[in-house]
Amino acid sequence: MTTTNTNSDNNSITAVEIGKPRGGPKVRTLRKDKWWIQPLLTTIGLSLFVLYGIWAALRNGDYFAGLLSGTSARNYLSPFYSPCVTHGCQYTTVPIIGTWYNISPAIVILIFPMGFRMSCYYYRKAYYRSFWFSPPACAVTEPHKKYSGERKFPLIINNIHRYFWYAAVVFAAILTIDAVNAFRFPNGQIGMGLGTLVFIINAVLIWLYTLSCHSCRHLTGGRVNLFSKAPIRLWFWKKVSVINPHHQLYAWLSLIWIAFTDFYVYMVSSGMIHDPRFF
Amino acid sequence: MADLNVKLWRGDENGGELVDYNIEAQDGEVVLDVVHRIQATQAPDLAVRWNCKAGKCGSCSAEINGKPSLMCMTRTSVFEPGETITITPMKTFPIIRDLVTDVSFNFKMLKRVPALKPKPREADGTYRMYQEDIERGQEFRKCIECFLCQNVCHVIRDHEENKTNYAGPRLFIRYADLEMHPLDTNDRLSLLQDKMGLGMCNITKCCTEVCPEHIHITDNAIIPLKERVVGDRYDPLVWLGKKIFRKSKAKTTVTE
Amino acid sequence: MSDELNEIHSHDVVIIGAGGAGLRAAIEARSLGASVAVVCKSLFGKAHTVMAEGGMAAAMGNVWKEDNWRVHFRDTMRGGKMLNNYRMAELHAKEAPDRVYELEEWGALFDRTKDGLILQRDFGGHKYARLAHVGDRTGLELIRTLQQKATSMDIDVYMECKIVKLLKDSSGAVTGALGFWRNTGEFVLFKGKSFILASGGIGKSWKFTSNSWESTGDGHALAVRAGADLIDMEFVQFHPTGMVWPLSVRGLLVTEGVRGDGGVLRNSENKRFMFNYIPEMFAKETADTEEEGDRWYEDKSNNRRPPELLPRDEVARSINSEVKAGRGSPHGGVFLDIASRRSPEYIKRRLPSMYHQFKELADVDITATPMEVGPTCHYAMGGVRVDADTAASTIDGLFAAGEVAGGMHGSNRLGGNSLSDLVVFGKRAGEYAAKRALGMTKDVEVDQAEVRDAINEALAPFNRSQGDNPYKIQQEIQDTMQSLVGIIRNQQELEQAQVEIDKLKQRVNQAGASVSTRRFNSAWHTALDLISMITVSESVAKAALLRKESRGGHTREDFPKADPEFGKINHVVRIVNNEMTVTPEPLPQMTDELAEIFKDDVK
Repeated sequence: MTTTNTNSDNNSITAVEIGKPRGGPKVRTLRKDKWWIQPLLTTIGLSLFVLYGIWAALRNGDYFAGLLSGTSARNYLSPFYSPCVTHGCQYTTVPIIGTWYNISPAIVILIFPMGFRMSCYYYRKAYYRSFWFSPPACAVTEPHKKYSGERKFPLIINNIHRYFWYAAVVFAAILTIDAVNAFRFPNGQIGMGLGTLVFIINAVLIWLYTLSCHSCRHLTGGRVNLFSKAPIRLWFWKKVSVINPHHQLYAWLSLIWIAFTDFYVYMVSSGMIHDPRFF
Repeated sequence: MADLNVKLWRGDENGGELVDYNIEAQDGEVVLDVVHRIQATQAPDLAVRWNCKAGKCGSCSAEINGKPSLMCMTRTSVFEPGETITITPMKTFPIIRDLVTDVSFNFKMLKRVPALKPKPREADGTYRMYQEDIERGQEFRKCIECFLCQNVCHVIRDHEENKTNYAGPRLFIRYADLEMHPLDTNDRLSLLQDKMGLGMCNITKCCTEVCPEHIHITDNAIIPLKERVVGDRYDPLVWLGKKIFRKSKAKTTVTE
Repeated sequence: MSDELNEIHSHDVVIIGAGGAGLRAAIEARSLGASVAVVCKSLFGKAHTVMAEGGMAAAMGNVWKEDNWRVHFRDTMRGGKMLNNYRMAELHAKEAPDRVYELEEWGALFDRTKDGLILQRDFGGHKYARLAHVGDRTGLELIRTLQQKATSMDIDVYMECKIVKLLKDSSGAVTGALGFWRNTGEFVLFKGKSFILASGGIGKSWKFTSNSWESTGDGHALAVRAGADLIDMEFVQFHPTGMVWPLSVRGLLVTEGVRGDGGVLRNSENKRFMFNYIPEMFAKETADTEEEGDRWYEDKSNNRRPPELLPRDEVARSINSEVKAGRGSPHGGVFLDIASRRSPEYIKRRLPSMYHQFKELADVDITATPMEVGPTCHYAMGGVRVDADTAASTIDGLFAAGEVAGGMHGSNRLGGNSLSDLVVFGKRAGEYAAKRALGMTKDVEVDQAEVRDAINEALAPFNRSQGDNPYKIQQEIQDTMQSLVGIIRNQQELEQAQVEIDKLKQRVNQAGASVSTRRFNSAWHTALDLISMITVSESVAKAALLRKESRGGHTREDFPKADPEFGKINHVVRIVNNEMTVTPEPLPQMTDELAEIFKDDVK
């Protein structure tokens, strides 16, 4: 016989019991749709980019097509190598790193955009699902015995996404300068080639990706509780909130385009193609 | 019209199996109608939980062809003719019988939420809040507590041991509702990170995918909460700023 | 005691039902220091209150400064065709604003005015825009807010537990409630000093209803079977706009907010037919041209309201007449059109769940095409007879609040008055139930033999495993009530209804449940719900037969006019010697001060 006489105390009410039997067939999933396509495409897409990135970073050449390279009259610097800060650069921005460094300058630079993307809320979803199967798709059992989330090293590092975001803004600015520089032609001429357009699109996509970031949304207004007291923050927050739902799209477009931009510079620099000039 | 082939999971904590039912299809029905007709004509003791049959109460949560869904909001017309409809109980919660599960975990987690602590009223006795102050919270308060997000979340679906220290998506939107509430003066960020498992969420967004109310659970609640925690604990600039300006937030007590 | 009973819980106050009224009562009783149990048939937070859409009426005067409790009181009484318990209507109009402010303080996020106050919307029968709301999901906001408040307050909630009988001690006071857990089928006894019924409505006894499965009239039946009085049972509100297509969602509510926000009703000839149905009582304040009606949305001071916003009984009857005259829509309703009158953005912002509901369930885009709507059983004005101030029923220890209580709404309830009713009288019930309990010194006793009998009665369907299919009986009750005690009634059909109900009563006693298990056995649950459903159906049919007039939610073809003599009485339903009786009793008389408010009205 169970009898109670007063309102029971809190702790016993909120204690969670685990290990009780569950219902449903004991199978990995009952989903009949092709749930594995999305993680598969993500894996292929990200892997291709990584492979390309390694090749581009280790290439250590043909990353600049322009005034100083002597090949032709262009001013295109691959985004993988911008800003070119080592002494060994074909096109030097500010040679912060001295002559002792003789590996590809891209490796120094890529740490920041890579860090930004690795800790990005969208890419986290993408690689947790496709590379780590945690979970591979909704309502599909994951293969791991244990799961502790992002509370321990190394995944806890993902919490510093915002710090990478600060760097990402700097990089977006630099890539914008590169796009502006892409209008510079020899003898102080202003002109535009197909490559210039490639650079502009690159800068726009990078900005869209950077500004639609969840950390950016938080910084503009996410931490405000009373928007009516913070109209300017509200204005910015609303703008970011418009693009934030498309963060995934911008993540992919900017990723593909930045690789393409690098490849375009490579093609021009190596003489594989001739960059058509509009004016 | 052609017949519908339905597989229902029948059983209890001692086990069970998928049982086949064949029933005449009717126009304009949802899955819950079909289940009801099976109950009324072929399986009177079939256990199924439901209330409003209008997508407003969130009682008839189940898994239809493996996808966590409300039975009352899944029209039978979405299935191919001749396709078998498999209906199973929510997997994450202990089974009671047939399609009914024990969802008390969620109510326990709701009980742990530190309540709203409103600030005092204005001099004229009112609370002044503007539409822009409440719209974020209104999205979270659309939640009908169907617990499909809790069910689909792999943190507890695949790792039940985490239930002791993981509140789950439904609770995260409740915390977000309170944390962003224009009147609230409580602070629950440490509790969220340390005891409610906010850091367990790896933002794989299945909660958002299954939400029948289309609440952007991940983008609008979980990530903003994570960002607030980051601001509190991990952001070096904010940390530095606090050091320099000695801007320490007045902490309020948090009871569990 | 019976071997079947292994669980007893004792509390000061036991509340049956966890909707708006039950939760508000629980909060009040707990805050006064009583130990409180809330027992509900479904999961916590699923009560029918979540279905309420339009809003919560309270004369706060945030939109119209002219509004005050007197105007609200007048609207309520006129909407109820003056049959309301005047004191309840008065308390309701006076206290509703405070109850709304209180919800705001507990976290409810109502839509706001430009000045940052609670926004109020127009609704049928209300002179001024008066309904505090959250888009079109106000009920959900109300229940969530109360649920969250209650959760933080150390109130014991017993979910998925159906109460089958109220038990009394030797003095005739209610001291116990016997129930069973739906999950396990095990019995449980709640002992208490005060009991509050907050169990909601009876709509499940009709075929086309906006009510969920829970609304089987359990509270009405428990009360009358325990010896309490019910009043006004003949008055059942048919909401004018329920969905009519697809069939599976027929009856599902389309909020009055659609009309409040500019939607109009049209027949198959594309005419706004409501202009043909303006009753004399409301002629003075209703527009008689479409132009004036349309101007009213913008300028309420110089124009009269469109007839689409007449009280619900008028609109429901008019739609019924149009359909009968062959001017209905393809699926037997009429058209509710907001698409041609408001922008898609406006519709989606103001009526998000209607948009969602039609899109997902009927594949209709309400921003582009009109909706098909028709009357649907919605609300019981009648219920447990209560004292206006204390919510006490006519038997000791039993209180009632919300839809299960009668009197507040007279013969017809205005939209938006039910959510405010829940919290106004929920609070009062909680307060007086707690005071009664805390003032009692001796322990309560429950008659063991009664417990045993109640358990045996509840288990009876298992002894009839070859008995009638309970789902089939349920359907027959619904068919009977829909066709014979529906929106338009007459002598012959009501008499036939008595015969059918008598037959169904026998069938209910023969309903069987498969013995396979007692755990969440839906056939068994349904068999027990039938007892409530048939009790309630009988009371409605009997009271309807006696009221030979048309008034509010009771329309007689054979007596199409209101009869002033019937305007002076309530029908009281009781069970005397196992027989249900209906007795006319005089209406409580309004004070002169209140009567003054109506002196200029057309009667």
